[in-house]
Amino acid sequence: MGSTNSTLSKIPNVEELMQETGFTPAHIVRLYDRFEALDKEKTGHLRPQDFGAINRLAMNPIGDRIIGAFFSPGQETVDFHSFVRILAHFRPADKKHPKDPSMPEPVNSRTSKLKFAFQLYDQDKDGKISRAELLQVLRSMLEMQVTEEQLESIADRTIQEADLDKDDAISFEEFRKSLEKVNIDHKMSIRFLR
Amino acid sequence: MYISHLWERQCLCCCVNSVSLSIPLPHSLSVSGIIAKELSSLEQEIQELRASGTTLSSEPEFEMADIMYFCRRGVESIVDDEVTKRFSAQELESWNLLTRSNFNARHISLRLSVLWGLGLFIRYSFLLPLRVTLAASGIGLLVVLTTIVGFIPSGWTYLSEKIHLMSYRICVRSLTAIITYHNSENKPKNGGICVANHTTPIDVIILANDGCYSMVGQIHGGLIGVVQRAMVKSSPHIWFERSEVKDRHLVAERLSNHVADKTKHPILIFPEGTCINNTSVMMFKKGSFEIGCTVYPVAIKYDPRFGDAFWNSSKFGMVNYLLRMMSSWAIVCSVWYLPPMSREEGEDAVQFANRVKAAIATQGGLVDLLWDGGLKRGKVKNTFKEEQQKLYSKSSINATGWPLK
Repeated sequence: MGSTNSTLSKIPNVEELMQETGFTPAHIVRLYDRFEALDKEKTGHLRPQDFGAINRLAMNPIGDRIIGAFFSPGQETVDFHSFVRILAHFRPADKKHPKDPSMPEPVNSRTSKLKFAFQLYDQDKDGKISRAELLQVLRSMLEMQVTEEQLESIADRTIQEADLDKDDAISFEEFRKSLEKVNIDHKMSIRFLR
Repeated sequence: MYISHLWERQCLCCCVNSVSLSIPLPHSLSVSGIIAKELSSLEQEIQELRASGTTLSSEPEFEMADIMYFCRRGVESIVDDEVTKRFSAQELESWNLLTRSNFNARHISLRLSVLWGLGLFIRYSFLLPLRVTLAASGIGLLVVLTTIVGFIPSGWTYLSEKIHLMSYRICVRSLTAIITYHNSENKPKNGGICVANHTTPIDVIILANDGCYSMVGQIHGGLIGVVQRAMVKSSPHIWFERSEVKDRHLVAERLSNHVADKTKHPILIFPEGTCINNTSVMMFKKGSFEIGCTVYPVAIKYDPRFGDAFWNSSKFGMVNYLLRMMSSWAIVCSVWYLPPMSREEGEDAVQFANRVKAAIATQGGLVDLLWDGGLKRGKVKNTFKEEQQKLYSKSSINATGWPLK
């Protein structure tokens, strides 16, 4: 009876969170339950080990990078607000609201999703995907399946195609350009039920 | 007291029957998770990405966007994953007036609140005390009578069987468990092993209500220990000391000896090793399948609309769990006895175990998962990651002249 309200009242600044991320109260409640389920020691924060306990994620070739995306540089724990903010990137884009240039970029827009994907590559956060960073991702996704020469070859070719200003690295704009035909909203969205 | 209980059982039976003629095929009770998972496979997604990619050559190659597939899958698993959700109670599509089942916090109108209040009153002030009394008398009788029979030198197997059955029937009544047994002609016989999917410790009582089994387990201290010791006086159960549990050979030996003796009842084993929430069947441990005798599979499926029987051992202790059971409306379940199976030529224990598991999953309408229930507490192996990598490389990198490993 009114357990929505009782769960929601446990979360500080929940109105602001909903406004910022666009999640409905029901979604927030479910995400909170999920957060609590992952937070086995009930500390109110999640650490990388808590994510590591999810089997499907441990199996994912870039699982570690995804976990890393939840933690800001220098932070060792993530609280519920940050957890929800990151997940908000994966909400399907809102088709109804017209683009209002004065408002800040919504967290689930195409650009934001692209930025998220970009960050998975750009681990040192210098705004460019260097050849080494690209190689690292390729190595995670392919590991034993191809040789080192093949990996280097693939990396070279990819940079060649995407790098327009020939600085041997891929900037965010070049990244965006090379993915302009991809349906980002479809690929990087998770449909939250109810 | 017994008469009033009979009346209560009648009422509930009518309710159950009016709601459903028989336990419906569980597919209709779908578990709705938080998210709708895309069912497309890795290959399909990579193909789609290739179609919208920038490479001009016709050969499939790496695309920067490939990472999105793994990214999305990863985040999906963070939000909701197959294994973790098996260890929490199943969600219902419509509310059954129990607060504990109200998961997604629906708004409850005044009328519904009144009904809920009425239900609460009935459950806690009428049903609960009745059931607790019954349970206490059931267990008490079990202990006392089995000890008495134990003193009689000749054993009196017939009498011991009757006592066990009677006590279990009282316990079943105390939970108001309404059980439908299907295919009783396949009931386990002496000299075999009965395997079933595990949802709750109550599974034992539900099966023992209909036949005599020898239980296997660790001997505990306290009240349960007393009950265990009393039971073993009148019929042969297999209780292990804590230290003996680790010794696999000892365990296997005792089980084989028991099975070889045809006068002893079939052994009841739950190969999953832990309680799962009754929407799926997880990996069966191969120990019981190595012994080489006939296996009688049994599928148990609970209807969660009247009370969720799943024991979430990390959330509730035993006493708390029993109280919740006794204050639900009823425990409604179906038990299917499947035809006996034996290990075939050239089949090893693991394959046999999987075959039995598949049969149980099909009959009970449960999802057949290959994950280990022990993953509740542990981590997954690296081989799974390699599988993913292999799959990705096959569907993406296939350039000419490059031999793939």
